[in-house]
Amino acid sequence: MTVTKQAAVLDRQALQRSRVMGILFIVIGAAIYLLFATTSEPGQTATFGLNPGRQTAALPISDLVLPVLPSLYAMSLAAVVLGTWQLAKGFGRAEGAMLGLVALFLTIGFLAWAARGKGLNLVGILETTLQRATPIALAALSGLLCERSGIVNIAIEGMMLTAALVSALVGSISHSLWVGLIASLIASGLLGALLAVLSIRFKVNQVIAGTAINILAIGGTSFISAKFLSTFQELNSPGKFPNLPVPVLSKIPLLGPIFFETNIIVYMMLGLLVLIHVLLYYTPWGLRTRAIGERPRAADTLGVNVFAMRYLNVILGGMVAGLGGAFLVLGSVPRFDELMTAGKGFIGLAALIFGSYNPFGAFGASLIFGFTDTFQAKLQILRVPIPSQFMRMAPYLITMIVLAGVVGRAEPPAAEGQVYEKQ
Amino acid sequence: MSSVEGNRTNLPTNGKQRPASRRQPRHAGWGQGFLLPLLAIFTALVLGGLLILVTDLEVIAAFTRIPRQVADPFTNADTQISLEEALWHHPPEVSMGDLVEVDGTAKRVVAQVEDEQEQISLETARELYPQLGPGVTIHLNFLQKPAVGLRAAWQSVSRTYAALFEGAIGNPSRMAAVVRAWLQGDPSLLPQAFYPIMESLVVATPYILVGLAVALSFRAGLFNIGAEGQYFIGGLSCVFVGYSLKGLPIYIHLPLTLLAGVIGGGLWGAIPGLLKALTGAHEVINTIMMNYIAFALSDWLLNGPMQRPGGFTPVSPEIQPSAMLPSLFPSPIRFHAGFFLALACAAAVYWLLFKTTVGFELRSVGANPHAARYAGMSLTRNFVLAMFLSGGLAGLAAANEISGLTHYMPNAFSAGYGFDSIALALLGKSHPVGVVLASLLFGILRAGATRMQSVASIPIDIISILQATIIIFVAAPEIIRMIYRLPKGKKAGPAKASTAAEAAAEAAAEAGAESVE
Repeated sequence: MTVTKQAAVLDRQALQRSRVMGILFIVIGAAIYLLFATTSEPGQTATFGLNPGRQTAALPISDLVLPVLPSLYAMSLAAVVLGTWQLAKGFGRAEGAMLGLVALFLTIGFLAWAARGKGLNLVGILETTLQRATPIALAALSGLLCERSGIVNIAIEGMMLTAALVSALVGSISHSLWVGLIASLIASGLLGALLAVLSIRFKVNQVIAGTAINILAIGGTSFISAKFLSTFQELNSPGKFPNLPVPVLSKIPLLGPIFFETNIIVYMMLGLLVLIHVLLYYTPWGLRTRAIGERPRAADTLGVNVFAMRYLNVILGGMVAGLGGAFLVLGSVPRFDELMTAGKGFIGLAALIFGSYNPFGAFGASLIFGFTDTFQAKLQILRVPIPSQFMRMAPYLITMIVLAGVVGRAEPPAAEGQVYEKQ
Repeated sequence: MSSVEGNRTNLPTNGKQRPASRRQPRHAGWGQGFLLPLLAIFTALVLGGLLILVTDLEVIAAFTRIPRQVADPFTNADTQISLEEALWHHPPEVSMGDLVEVDGTAKRVVAQVEDEQEQISLETARELYPQLGPGVTIHLNFLQKPAVGLRAAWQSVSRTYAALFEGAIGNPSRMAAVVRAWLQGDPSLLPQAFYPIMESLVVATPYILVGLAVALSFRAGLFNIGAEGQYFIGGLSCVFVGYSLKGLPIYIHLPLTLLAGVIGGGLWGAIPGLLKALTGAHEVINTIMMNYIAFALSDWLLNGPMQRPGGFTPVSPEIQPSAMLPSLFPSPIRFHAGFFLALACAAAVYWLLFKTTVGFELRSVGANPHAARYAGMSLTRNFVLAMFLSGGLAGLAAANEISGLTHYMPNAFSAGYGFDSIALALLGKSHPVGVVLASLLFGILRAGATRMQSVASIPIDIISILQATIIIFVAAPEIIRMIYRLPKGKKAGPAKASTAAEAAAEAAAEAGAESVE
């Protein structure tokens, strides 16, 4: 294809996508009206509690009372207007931001509708969202480190599961949370090393190697759990990391209890986000990592040791996944149950793709997944007539929609999944 | 690399040298084609045995804490002497009960320890702990009594693998005795004795079908990790047709039920295939997502619209008798006609892949999508067809199980077929015959593992560990070659396409990042 023809095709695709986006905005606006507004009564209000239900250092503020019907009308109208604008003129670069805004309308509308006539502790929901999002975000970061250097890491699930078991086991034996955490990092790092050795040294297809490691981890953890943890209960009670309020920042009314009054692993996750972002985009190591993911041959000719960097990144990726697994035990329910990761490793990969292969995007996607995860538990309490299983499907459906490129195609690193050989 | 093409000087070339384009890659030969998987299985069993040993508390105790009570048979050191001491004083012909003369006194020789397994002599104990008195229990370790540890290890492993064998195939002597009785006119004991091997075949049946499903997708260059979800959806559609249609004769209802399973699973698989074809979305993630959606959907259906009335358990109603596959033997043997259906499907897949143009197109798309596209084959059609057939086979596996075995669908339906099927397809090199053989192996392992769990208290998850190890060894044959010092194949370099899956997968990985036009 000539250059002009290629450009024409890309233009057509971009135009198609903006049209789809515009129609999507209008559909969402219509949905807000038809689904939520028509089933609400006038005069209903939704009360959003903005103080956490537990002891907190945050300054108390009054609840947010939202009149349901007017808000729904307003947001529905706004979405339709944005959609028409998108169809007529297009937002160009602000397209993504507008999509986020419309999605926010949908979410607020849904919350208002679900809580109409009753109250809802918004801070509690957001807190749990962050908690649920943490392992997903860590899985996504692990995927990021590996995929950016060109290795597809399907084995995140297995690494998380192994780390969860090891943290429970070692934490119980050593009666120390930190020892358990470090042991789990070592264990998942070893699995990362296994993946690296299989993919790099033995040139096994990375998806197959990852799947084999997953099966190994599932079998191994269930084996040890069934053989030892069920009979010796004391091996499965490692304890939990306590909440650590950050001195000044935890006083901030809404954000304080959510972001600054959680346990150390959540802080580590947030720190890792920033760290990886800085390292990946502002340091030579990051540049080399991205280079070996896009064009390993070119990086190799410039002297970058492709194999060593891939080994390092995959092992680090394994350790980050291990942190996520350890969080599942040491940071929330302080015990190990078989298959407790329940696909979070794969959801993390989906979050990574959703977030366009960069740290903060992946974090945003993880928050969305965490939100749906939280909400499907709350649906029962609010007596919303949607079965909880459909809410459970939501993260996966969203992932598939995102992967289908409806909301923009995420470009994976070009050399992802390919075996690299020196010549 | 020297080649005829590179010969610019027009000098006559050695006639025997073939141009590079026509040099055939020489693989390691058929011998290694069978040897490597066998060695992989063997090595995996050895590693599994080691794992069993290391986690067996009795074995660990036999190596580290061997209890022995210190025995002191002497009641009177003045008139009694141990055999060892007597031998030391008066070699060589001293035995129990003799009177020997030591230092002027006559002493009777008494036995040292009565029970080697329980006691240790005072002298030996005093070598370790000089201040010891008789009657105390001390603990020895492997260095002092290696035989105990080794014997315990051997017993543990042999008990485990004997349980595996008996659970998978049966007790040979018992089977022979029962056959003799049958020939003499008493067939009543036949079912019990032959239950294990029949059970292995029953367990292998769904494996054959899901293995074929994944193998077919590998041949087309696609990774169908969604076999589990397709299994669930196939099961749901099959059981729905099975229990809701009443009054139909069996030769209509039964095929309809099985067909429902095929179509349900097929559609569930076709969706990721379509997404891959139209948008280039990687089918690995999509099929995994469809798995979880299928779990949630089945959870809702079995707790709601499709729940068996009158109970609170998430199970479906039983299917009508006209939808059941005939069971061929008296109970407790659960062997049903579904096994033959599975074999027929294997033959059908073989015929499809290797004897039809459709199959040729699928394989071409799997081998090299770009070349296939260039040759005019529609990637969309082939991707969707491959995933539909693959999902349909997985759905048929579920339909087979429901129609022939369980007759209803419970919520926690599957035994992890999704990942096992990948192992099967790899081990069978994506060829129907290989898949059938590998499925029989996995059926044997799983049937045996159930007995291993009850007799030797080894958790059934050891099967997953064995499977993962086998996958790793089969996917990276270099490891096996390294361990057993086997020669490399003539074609050195990367383990290129030692399985069709890898070739397909590499092509798929390349095509996966781009959109398919």
